[in-house]
Amino acid sequence: MPSYETLRLIWWALLGVLLIGLAVMDGFDLGAAILLPFVGKTDAERRVVINTVGPVWEGNQVWLILGGGAIFAAWPPLYAVAFSGFYLAMFLVLCALILRPVGFKFRSKLANPTWRRVWDWALFVGGLVPALIFGVAFGNVLRGVPFRFDDTLRMTYEGTLFGLLNPFALLCGLVSVAMLTMHGGAYLALKAEAPVADRAAFFASRAAMALIVLFAIGGLCVALLIDGYSIVGVIPHDGPSNPLMKHAAANAGAWLANYGNAPSILAAPIVAFGGAALTILFLSARRNGVAIVASALSVAGVVATAGLSVFPFLLPSSLDPNASLTVWDASSSQLTLMIMLIATLVFLPIVLAYTAWVYHVLRGRVTTAYVTENTASTY
Amino acid sequence: MTTALDVVQLSRLQFGLTAMYHFLFVPLTLGLAVLLGVMESVYVMTGREIWRQMTKFWGVLFGINFAMGVATGITMEFQFGMNWAYYSHYVGDVFGAPLAIEGLMAFFLEATFIGLFFFGWDKLSKVAHLAVTWLVALGSNLSALWILIANGWMQHPVGARFNPDTMRMEVTDFMAVIFNPVAQAKFVHTVSAGYVTGSVFVLAISAYYLLRGRHVELAKRSMTVAASFGLAAALSVVVLGDESGYTAGENQKMKIAAIEAMWDTEPAPASFTVFGLPNQETHHTDYEVSVPWVLGLIATRSINGEVAGINELVAHAEERIRSGLIAYDALEKLRGDRDNAGERARLAAHGDDLGYALLLKKIRPDVVNASDAEVAQAARLTIPPVSPLFWAFRFMVGLGFLFIALFAGAFYLASIRKLQSSRAFLHVALWALPLPWIAAELGWYVAEVGRQPWVIEGVLPTFLAVSSLSAGNVLTTLVGFIAFYSTLLVVDIYLMVKAVRMGPSVAAPVRGGTAASLAAAPAE
Repeated sequence: MPSYETLRLIWWALLGVLLIGLAVMDGFDLGAAILLPFVGKTDAERRVVINTVGPVWEGNQVWLILGGGAIFAAWPPLYAVAFSGFYLAMFLVLCALILRPVGFKFRSKLANPTWRRVWDWALFVGGLVPALIFGVAFGNVLRGVPFRFDDTLRMTYEGTLFGLLNPFALLCGLVSVAMLTMHGGAYLALKAEAPVADRAAFFASRAAMALIVLFAIGGLCVALLIDGYSIVGVIPHDGPSNPLMKHAAANAGAWLANYGNAPSILAAPIVAFGGAALTILFLSARRNGVAIVASALSVAGVVATAGLSVFPFLLPSSLDPNASLTVWDASSSQLTLMIMLIATLVFLPIVLAYTAWVYHVLRGRVTTAYVTENTASTY
Repeated sequence: MTTALDVVQLSRLQFGLTAMYHFLFVPLTLGLAVLLGVMESVYVMTGREIWRQMTKFWGVLFGINFAMGVATGITMEFQFGMNWAYYSHYVGDVFGAPLAIEGLMAFFLEATFIGLFFFGWDKLSKVAHLAVTWLVALGSNLSALWILIANGWMQHPVGARFNPDTMRMEVTDFMAVIFNPVAQAKFVHTVSAGYVTGSVFVLAISAYYLLRGRHVELAKRSMTVAASFGLAAALSVVVLGDESGYTAGENQKMKIAAIEAMWDTEPAPASFTVFGLPNQETHHTDYEVSVPWVLGLIATRSINGEVAGINELVAHAEERIRSGLIAYDALEKLRGDRDNAGERARLAAHGDDLGYALLLKKIRPDVVNASDAEVAQAARLTIPPVSPLFWAFRFMVGLGFLFIALFAGAFYLASIRKLQSSRAFLHVALWALPLPWIAAELGWYVAEVGRQPWVIEGVLPTFLAVSSLSAGNVLTTLVGFIAFYSTLLVVDIYLMVKAVRMGPSVAAPVRGGTAASLAAAPAE
């Protein structure tokens, strides 16, 4: 069996893979839902938007379910602290995520225009709220979250819902909304037909510009305004998963320390900016197939930047920095990490293979002619 | 470590309600997925268009139900962390893995291919589409397997040990977790219950059509499929439920004793109480009517195996609390002196009973100073609510036998080709529609309330497992869930009824008319 240290590093990387998978795959249908009321003027056009994601959103949403399950299995303290600490925010995300499946399914079942308009806005909310709150959650990870443990490792959280909505976290929320709107728009530019595709390309370019500006402001905040965290002394990389055995402290500029130690990881923010810029470029050149790849790279770069900045922290505590959760003291046991790694190595390639096959079968644009001719078998 | 009681009650209520709500959709998904596979297989083998229509029509109802199942399933996964944070910390090392593998191995399969099931009719060959349908069915069944492995571990926590350095349970033998006999028995029982639900659903709606004389060809064939599949499923749900009882008899003796309201251990073989009014205060069942031998046979598969009564099990729990207190004391000492080998050995020797000492936390925070009276009081906490379990179980079993009769009747009438003309039977079949859901919910009630006061049997009491939330927060989300879920249920049932009223045309291409005029109309 690989060493405990190696397994923890692998699972930190896999957590990144899953979050990027979520942001890239579920991200474009959240983004498409955000754009739905703006790029579709008639019912048929809106049905085009919905039917571009109609056959795939269920599979995409599994990235979220798998992300939750993997955090539960590989990083149980992170799952426990984050999900209960962000309690009311998680509830809002849940409501939004429940609206989406039923929205896709129920909207098409009645022809009544009011019914459909209500579901259009429900889908918009179902796309916007998770996009915003996921970003807000990342912002709070960067700032540290007010929690502590007693000596039985029972966690107490001393923040409120409104405490989560601080200006920096809201900025991160907007980064996330801009990023997923860009990605959703790039997807629609590829999968829908004119005029929906043209409108989507327009919104995607604007969102990419917003992403570049907001992400840069976020970087400046991290450099100048927000305290990072660092480990004080040494932390054994193969010690027991008990977050109370180390010392840590808040320090100005600590989130930039990793870039000084390993300049190669600057690649992540460069890809984030570069991907967004290329998205604008390719969309204006109508190279939609390449644009979606650029947009996906940008999304991956943004998520990776956040993860690499806080390493080895997973969730710092602003109340008691010593209680912060890190890669070295908040994982599952060595055996569980190993079992989960085997399961992932066996099944993830299979999942990627059949997902690719499904997208291949569904290739081509969704047109108004197609959705009106196949009213009964589409959404 | 003390936690306000009302947060516990509210969290339990929320989890129970959202789980029972989720399980309104799960069994129908399990059953209908397989029935769709059967119908489409007939279509591919015979090439007869009616079977394709049937697959598409039942597929529309499947789709509405599936969306609700997916939507409410996300709540289940998130709630462990949201409301049961200490549980997530304490057993996440064991419990998280099956949930994650469920996503990876089963749910991805089901959710990725369901899109092609609906959108792939014109894009795939007949055989490829059939393969897609069966992959959806396979995915949903594998999904149930992993979820029940997780749930089975809560009932019978094997293959794990308490680690004092991390203050949690950790996996020692993952194969034992997967091949947990309780999980295997629960899986086959639950999946068969899903098949019964799917079959009753198809049977009842087909009966409605036959009574009205509508869509007769579709309804007759659907009813025949549902009757044969349902009969096999109903037989296995009872037989496998009995298997579940047998494994519970071995591993969850208190649950069996409570279901049977068996206060005192009887000489073997124990009798089965058919009727009675269990009294939790006096530990006696009033007006008891019992059949000799039967319980002993079910629970021990022998005529000389003894089934332990509640009072004996309480006395046994008292011993385990005393042993657990030794482990608890060793754990406290280890916290100050991590490398004390003597205390580690003491903890290892009594670690299996640590959970029993935690029961005392409900009575006093400093459990090591508990008096004899308090230990006895904590031991009595191990008795779940007897009367509701006793009755819920009996109703569930009664319904199980009713389903066998229903499907046997349908099967007989189908084989003598009298289904269409037996109006009395068709009425019965129609009115049977809600029954499988009632049986399934009762089954979960027995399984989960019968496990109380434990969230993990013998390891972690439920009242310690909650998050440190305010009661106000939990009440807010509880009210929110009730309002939101009730609205969705009304919409869901409305759309289901509408689709049923429309019949197969709901899945057929609409030409001209409403669709085209709607397409041209502006959205705003």
